[in-house]
Amino acid sequence: MNKKQINEKPLILGRDISRRDFIRGSAALGIAGTTAGTLLTTGNAFAAGGKRGGRLRAGIAHGSTTDSLDPATYENNFAVQMNYSIQNHLGEVDAATGAMVPELAESWEATNGAKTWIFNLRQGVEFHNGKTMNADDVIASFQHHMGESASPARSLLDQVSSISKDGDNRVIFELSAGNADFNFVASDYHIAIKPSKDGKINPTDGIGTGGYVLKEFEPGVRFLAERNANYFKSGKAWFDEIEMISIIDPAARQNALATGEVDTIDRIDLKTAHLLARQSGVTIEEVTGTKHYTFPMRTDTAPHNDNNVRLALKYALKRDELVEKVLYGHGTVGNDHPIAPSNQYHASSLPQREYDPDKARFYAEKAGGVKVQLSAADAAFPGAVDAAVLYQEHAAAAGIDIEVVREPNDGYWSNVWMQKAWCACYWGGRPTEDWMFTTAYQGGASWNDTFWKNDRFDELLIQGRAETNRDTRRAIYYEMQQIVSDDGGVVVPMFANYVFATTDKVAHGPMAGNWDMDGGKYFERWWFA
Amino acid sequence: MKHILKIVAQRIALGLLTLFVISLMIAFGVELLPGDLAQEILGQGATPEGLRVLRLQLGLDIPPHIRYLDWLGGMVTGDMGLSLANKRPISELIGPRLSNTLFLGGFAALIAIPVALILGILAALYRNSLYDRSVNIFTLTSISFPEFFIAYILILFFAIKLGWFPGISNISSELTFMDKLYRTLLPAASLTLVVVAHMMRMTRTSIINLLSSPYIEMARLKGIKPLRIITRHALPNALAPIVNVIAINLAYLVVGVVIVEVVFVYPGLGQLLVDSVSKRDVPVVQACSMIFASVYILLNLSADIISIVTNPRLLYPR
Repeated sequence: MNKKQINEKPLILGRDISRRDFIRGSAALGIAGTTAGTLLTTGNAFAAGGKRGGRLRAGIAHGSTTDSLDPATYENNFAVQMNYSIQNHLGEVDAATGAMVPELAESWEATNGAKTWIFNLRQGVEFHNGKTMNADDVIASFQHHMGESASPARSLLDQVSSISKDGDNRVIFELSAGNADFNFVASDYHIAIKPSKDGKINPTDGIGTGGYVLKEFEPGVRFLAERNANYFKSGKAWFDEIEMISIIDPAARQNALATGEVDTIDRIDLKTAHLLARQSGVTIEEVTGTKHYTFPMRTDTAPHNDNNVRLALKYALKRDELVEKVLYGHGTVGNDHPIAPSNQYHASSLPQREYDPDKARFYAEKAGGVKVQLSAADAAFPGAVDAAVLYQEHAAAAGIDIEVVREPNDGYWSNVWMQKAWCACYWGGRPTEDWMFTTAYQGGASWNDTFWKNDRFDELLIQGRAETNRDTRRAIYYEMQQIVSDDGGVVVPMFANYVFATTDKVAHGPMAGNWDMDGGKYFERWWFA
Repeated sequence: MKHILKIVAQRIALGLLTLFVISLMIAFGVELLPGDLAQEILGQGATPEGLRVLRLQLGLDIPPHIRYLDWLGGMVTGDMGLSLANKRPISELIGPRLSNTLFLGGFAALIAIPVALILGILAALYRNSLYDRSVNIFTLTSISFPEFFIAYILILFFAIKLGWFPGISNISSELTFMDKLYRTLLPAASLTLVVVAHMMRMTRTSIINLLSSPYIEMARLKGIKPLRIITRHALPNALAPIVNVIAINLAYLVVGVVIVEVVFVYPGLGQLLVDSVSKRDVPVVQACSMIFASVYILLNLSADIISIVTNPRLLYPR
């Protein structure tokens, strides 16, 4: 049997080794070079370690009366963060290394060309109701998202042809085709592991294995939980109680932090971030993640079906000006593909596309002149309309005529996005290259918002997914990023940072960038200094 | 007395008809909005397959007029139904929100009405004096600013600079009554500043209108003190218009607090309504609108009754 360990990191970090041990260990080994160096710059209170106690109150920009405890309905940060505090998943993104490490699994391995995945479960983990977690719970939790389900995780799990158990602590997934990143998919935030009864979970009971036990949940208003004394992770979940309040209005949110009504808030209004930073006792935090803002063109619709038009528009944008004026510097320029600098196989060698009116003019003339409409609304991303107007100005210098159409925020995702020939959009990004490309760039994918189909790209995608050799994979993903950048229908002007704030009572280790607010796991990772 | 009962019965019947028409308009209006609940829930993540399954689960495949009739049937029997989005009974969803809104509105009314009446009576008493003018200027200024501006000014001074009150009104069941009062004082004060001017000026005007009447002159000639003339002779006759204005402002305190609720993050009914409209959760929108409409109708009804009781001439319309 050709057994192969796919992810090297779990071997080191798989068991109960905390981040601190990892740093200490790597420093002792003298390999504290780049990784540990960058970690220590953010982890000011890091050396002090965690301290038990207190109630952390967070003001979050999301939350709606339509939220529910059912994992198949999670769709916003409020739900994600609640989910991460009361429930766990098979794996999680390690804050320090950015690698996928086992959480409720103890280890995993892929065999048979990454078509068979074996997850060995952690033993003796108890749910909040006292039940001990076993393979049946994991299988039932996955099945909640499969078959006739409206869960967003359903399409991710289409590749699973069967799930079976081998004893109480081992779950085996058979996939229809090899996928070297299946551990990422299986750790998707929707797929929370919940206790099962007769092969079914009760999706809305709020019971999990998480560091906090649900006490009160009022959809669209607040969430309250208390510490799980029985939590299986050591050195996590420091607060006695956690409270999350939904504060949609940005001014009210910043005001709540400034007056000490909450200890942390997300989504700082970038326009006023520098003013908030001046307030004593407030710290602004910033993490670069995979979130990016895009201008997708429908490549099946004239004039965007002509690659000369697409290239003309790609060369006609001053990306750094958008970063400066729309993100107020809280981000980095994009290179017309969706892979973030923080992703594993980001093509750093790909030349950065610069503003070049001459080249833009050249391609525009080749296409016989470019006159297009760009639909934008702030629902796409904050400042999208401003960004579109700036784009219009930049393009005008190259003789390209962009007419900015301001669309209503209401119903933007159903009436404008993927409907109009060219519009503004945002993507939260995905933890792996394969996931991102499969979701939005594979020919025929349901969220392929550029309606783009490239045979070479699709072929590489299938090849890269099953490839377990890291170097071969890197080469494949580099080429794919190049293809999207040169031929794809998307203009990616920038990657936006996650910007949030805490009072200086709050201490934390290195922050994860896979989601807003320390990977959505601040409740179990932070503590009061 | 029989007349009053007859009028009340008529008004209630009319009110029910109004409610029915409103419910029709809301149901129709929400249908006109682009997108539906399934699209709003799935947002950017919608796929045709996901939409189909979710619509099936939510019961959106049933035609809107059937859904409306179902809802109407439930409503008549006192069952507000379930929220489409999270399947919770609407009464359970609305209960705490409504009591929060009524608490805030009631608190604001308890401050605003006595303040407005006293200021108005004093302004009538010392009309055209420096006091009268300064009260007028102050209340007109506060009504002219949008509520959120007043709210932010209060937050700036009382929460940030002085630190006397919390900047947001995060209230929950674990608080004591006094804590609740303390935490809702700033939003109640913002609302008070907004509604006082209208009531105060109406009090002042109605009293001044009467002061030129012969019977007031008679009272003055008898040597009664001005304050007593106003409170005993003029005020009772001026009550009808004042009560009407108070009723309108009370209704405003209940249905118009959305912006103040947002600024202070106060979990009231207004926020629930806005949230439900943006998610197209029709039954919740309907239930909230019915409550708001009933508040208007009931307050207007009681205002009419009070005016009639204080001015029996209104019983016999010509």
